[in-house]
Amino acid sequence: MLKFLEQLDRRVAFLLMGLAVAIPILFPLPLSYKPSPLAQSAFDAIDRLPDGSKVVFSFDYDPASSGELQPMSNALVYHCARKRHKLYFMALWAPGKTICTETIATVLLKYRPDAAYGEDYVELGYQSGNEGVIKIAATDLRQQYKTDIKGTPLEAIPMMEGVNNLQAMDLLITISAGYPGSKEWVQYFSTPFPRTRMITGTTGVQSVSLYPYIPNQIAGMLGAIKGAAEYETIVNEQYPVNGKPVPELGEGQRRMGPQLVAHMLMVSLILLGNAIFFMQRKARREGRR
Amino acid sequence: MKRAVPTLIAATVGFVLVIAFFIPATQSWGETAVVWFNILAGVAFILGGGNLVKVQLETISARRKGYGYAIVTLAAFFAMLAFGLLKIGVHPQAQYPLHPWAGPHDAPSSPFGWMYEYIFSPITATMFASLAFYVASAAFRAFRAKNVEAILLLGTAFLVLVGNTAIARITDALPESLAFLRLDSIVANLMTYLSTGAWRAITIGIAIGVAATSLRVLLGIDRPYLGRT
Repeated sequence: MLKFLEQLDRRVAFLLMGLAVAIPILFPLPLSYKPSPLAQSAFDAIDRLPDGSKVVFSFDYDPASSGELQPMSNALVYHCARKRHKLYFMALWAPGKTICTETIATVLLKYRPDAAYGEDYVELGYQSGNEGVIKIAATDLRQQYKTDIKGTPLEAIPMMEGVNNLQAMDLLITISAGYPGSKEWVQYFSTPFPRTRMITGTTGVQSVSLYPYIPNQIAGMLGAIKGAAEYETIVNEQYPVNGKPVPELGEGQRRMGPQLVAHMLMVSLILLGNAIFFMQRKARREGRR
Repeated sequence: MKRAVPTLIAATVGFVLVIAFFIPATQSWGETAVVWFNILAGVAFILGGGNLVKVQLETISARRKGYGYAIVTLAAFFAMLAFGLLKIGVHPQAQYPLHPWAGPHDAPSSPFGWMYEYIFSPITATMFASLAFYVASAAFRAFRAKNVEAILLLGTAFLVLVGNTAIARITDALPESLAFLRLDSIVANLMTYLSTGAWRAITIGIAIGVAATSLRVLLGIDRPYLGRT
């Protein structure tokens, strides 16, 4: 038995992980979620703003992290759409611009079809410069962005009237997968300009590094797919469509099924690996005697 | 001269940024320096592209191991570059119907948008997702309770792994007087106090190190941007 376990091919672990993820995707698990205080704080930060407040969204991720972050982007944009906030979209990552455009099409325009471009939302797009973009946009937005993504000068966009820098915003929402992202927004925007509150959605790996900024610099945080599932639960309860959950706001909860089984598999593999380790050690000691 | 001019530029810009941070009257100097930086960051994409082509061509030319991948890399790079820069197949924008090039190069209906949606996105997502398989293998082979530190790490990992799943709600049945033993409370306390405390210490240490290193760069003692220190 010990010999069999010692020689276990690593492809068995790969196969088990494949099944652990695939089966719950094909046969979703009926799971329920209790929103964490962090998710509730993020919800409150958006919900307590008066309708029509100015909110800037920064899409700081690429398709590699979309599986983890897109569900929370959908939920956050939907929530802002229902609150009829004025949305200013930008991106510090080049692929973030395309993801942003897709999110607007699939969520914002679907649930707020009367939203007019330039009056209710505007896409500023991607600019190179990483934290340099934050620094300039924080004090002089028009120096960083001369036009929107359609080439229209910012002066010609009605909702840009009186918006000379990001300090004019009531809330900053950044969905971040790494550098540049949440941490740079904290360092170069929410710390020097605390009037504008900040909430963030991040990957699980990154969320650990952001806890020190809660609650002073970051008002609320959605960590990984769990954060997205919790936020979807709150928004579906507070802002259902015709009394039913929003179809676009269920992906985070659906993905918690594969995550549950995959995490349990990981725990089992660690326990099995350690059982083998201790059996080997015992066998070695007995061999010496 | 080759070393003195870049060092002087780096030192001047660095000190301008430091001064602009502390003296509000000089804030506009700092902003100008950052605008230059943003322009240079844009130019760096051209340099990066050029470097990618150079390295891949060298690999192909020397027939190094895996040069087939270099051919695929170059083909993909030039295809995306051509479709994006030349706006091949882009549809005119509604507000400028007489200017076919006015449409966005990355609209979903354009070839560039198609390549992004159906090639780039699935490939990058697949690469990232494949990490799960390696983590599973590593969990089985490498994560051993060899000493006290490793046992503490393992215990914490179990709690966080299980506490971040829906199964953690099983412990919600515990009475209110034992609420601190609920898995979500344990994970929240671990993250808020232990992990955050440790992270703060690491961050402060890094910040002090960065300040010392930056000072050496600003004074020209270290010159990493010249390819030597």
